[in-house]
Amino acid sequence: MKIQLTKLAHARSGDKGDTANVGLIALREDYYPLLVREVTAARVKEHFAGVCRGAVERFELANLGALNFLLHESLGGGGTLSLMTDAQGKTFSTALLRMLIDVPDEEARVLGLGQ
Amino acid sequence: MKEKIRIASGQGFWGDMLDAPVQQVRGGQIDYLMLDYLAEVTMSIMQKQRARDPRAGYARDFVPLMREILPDCVAKNIRVTANAGGVNPVGCAEAVRDVARSLGLGGRLRIGTVTGDDIMGRLDEFLSRGIELRNMDTGEPLSQVRDAIQSANVYLGAWPMVEALNGGAQVVITGRATDTGLTLAPVIHEFGWRADDWDRLSAGTIAGHIIECGAQASGGNCQYDWQSIPDLANVGFPIVEAAPDGTFVVTKHEGTGGIVSIPSIKEQLVYEMGDPHEYITPDCVADFTSIRLVDAGRNRVRVHGIKGRPATEFLKVSISYSAGYKAVGTLVYSWPDAYAKARAADGILRARLERLGLRFDQILTEFVGANATHGRLAGEPSADLPEVQLRVGVRGADRASVERFTKEIAPLILTGPPGVTGFAGGRPKVEEIVAYWPALIPKTEIEARVEVTEA
Repeated sequence: MKIQLTKLAHARSGDKGDTANVGLIALREDYYPLLVREVTAARVKEHFAGVCRGAVERFELANLGALNFLLHESLGGGGTLSLMTDAQGKTFSTALLRMLIDVPDEEARVLGLGQ
Repeated sequence: MKEKIRIASGQGFWGDMLDAPVQQVRGGQIDYLMLDYLAEVTMSIMQKQRARDPRAGYARDFVPLMREILPDCVAKNIRVTANAGGVNPVGCAEAVRDVARSLGLGGRLRIGTVTGDDIMGRLDEFLSRGIELRNMDTGEPLSQVRDAIQSANVYLGAWPMVEALNGGAQVVITGRATDTGLTLAPVIHEFGWRADDWDRLSAGTIAGHIIECGAQASGGNCQYDWQSIPDLANVGFPIVEAAPDGTFVVTKHEGTGGIVSIPSIKEQLVYEMGDPHEYITPDCVADFTSIRLVDAGRNRVRVHGIKGRPATEFLKVSISYSAGYKAVGTLVYSWPDAYAKARAADGILRARLERLGLRFDQILTEFVGANATHGRLAGEPSADLPEVQLRVGVRGADRASVERFTKEIAPLILTGPPGVTGFAGGRPKVEEIVAYWPALIPKTEIEARVEVTEA
């Protein structure tokens, strides 16, 4: 079944120059392996197609049940150069939570993620 | 040695809640108040202000704040660390000294000033010696923008502030110091940590990271179950209770709103994070993958287990340079067909700019209410949207072209699609862009200066 990340994680995002960072935090400890497996750098790059013009890097923080993504060349030049409403990348967090991931029905049932 | 000290965050950026530091000083017991005023873009704003008035260029809010809380700070022996000095720490310290004297506190406290971060006058010397100050993001050498540079400041760490505290300063004012150093310095000073105690220095640094954005650690901008976060109108800013062994508890004053919880702390930990294995500051390299969080009761989170590694041989430099002009204009279109009307208006505007022969480095159109924040992820805008704000921005090197653009917005009201409003603010303002250039410099090139004087 398809599950939206907003059911599995919370997030906060920010900026460093033209790079947006998104920290994705599992809502429950047992959701974290699912995030690690499904929310890959490649999937995130694809999700932000047209927005993120550079590479996407991913880092794991198992201690916090969190993944950190760096989305390079995503903020219209960044800082004061950017013309974007969200020049600081503050809403990249919720944009990532829109992502749908595939979870096998049995796994979803075990995790209590039924309809 | 004290068993623990309480360091309170009073300001997460220049423009944060004015009464938060007052609340921290009066709402319960604290030993230190740290105030972070400097975001990356802040230095360039202060730089513009100093260009207009040589006495300006620091966080002006800091001075009336000191007028309000200095008597409490002196009475309760609360010490303040603040990077309020911006590009003019000496001017800021003078203003605070005047305030102290006018409050009758002359001779009753010492003010510490940390300078040496300003390397504007040494840039050509550095460049001539082959220190290229390449842009950390793009790799370009600084010589490409040399003539447009407006300010250049090194991020100093905790140690100059420690020296000021050791010298008895009750208020320590710095220019470009790291946000984390404002919290780390008091802990080093109180507990006598060594300069190579990398684990503890990293713990103090992470404590600083957690509280440097003010209430963003205590319920503000917190996504986790946001509707259940109580009384944000009376939000309590975070407080670190640090122990000599490098562990600490994050909390807030009793009776305040907001929440300090594991989710609220996790959200702040990942904020503006790069590679979590190496959070680099002048003082150490902290490893965020070593952090352990434990629920220690209502509005209390215990943090332990932190590991760190030796500091690097470099300091980060924050350089600002003039990068042309920009302006942003907006109009609001109402139902029916709000989105279609806003799009049509954008097409008309762009055709007119084209016909006028105006050239820009970038024109950006956004439709606020439809997809300005999430772009195509928001899906195709509904034809039934009650209203849409058209927001068009331009950026370019030629001021006159940007100026001309600002005069093309209002005419759309009488010459474009119907159902339009929202121009009460007048023509958009042309803004000079002062952009940010991050670079690295060997530590051996920089010497911080610390001065502690009687008020």
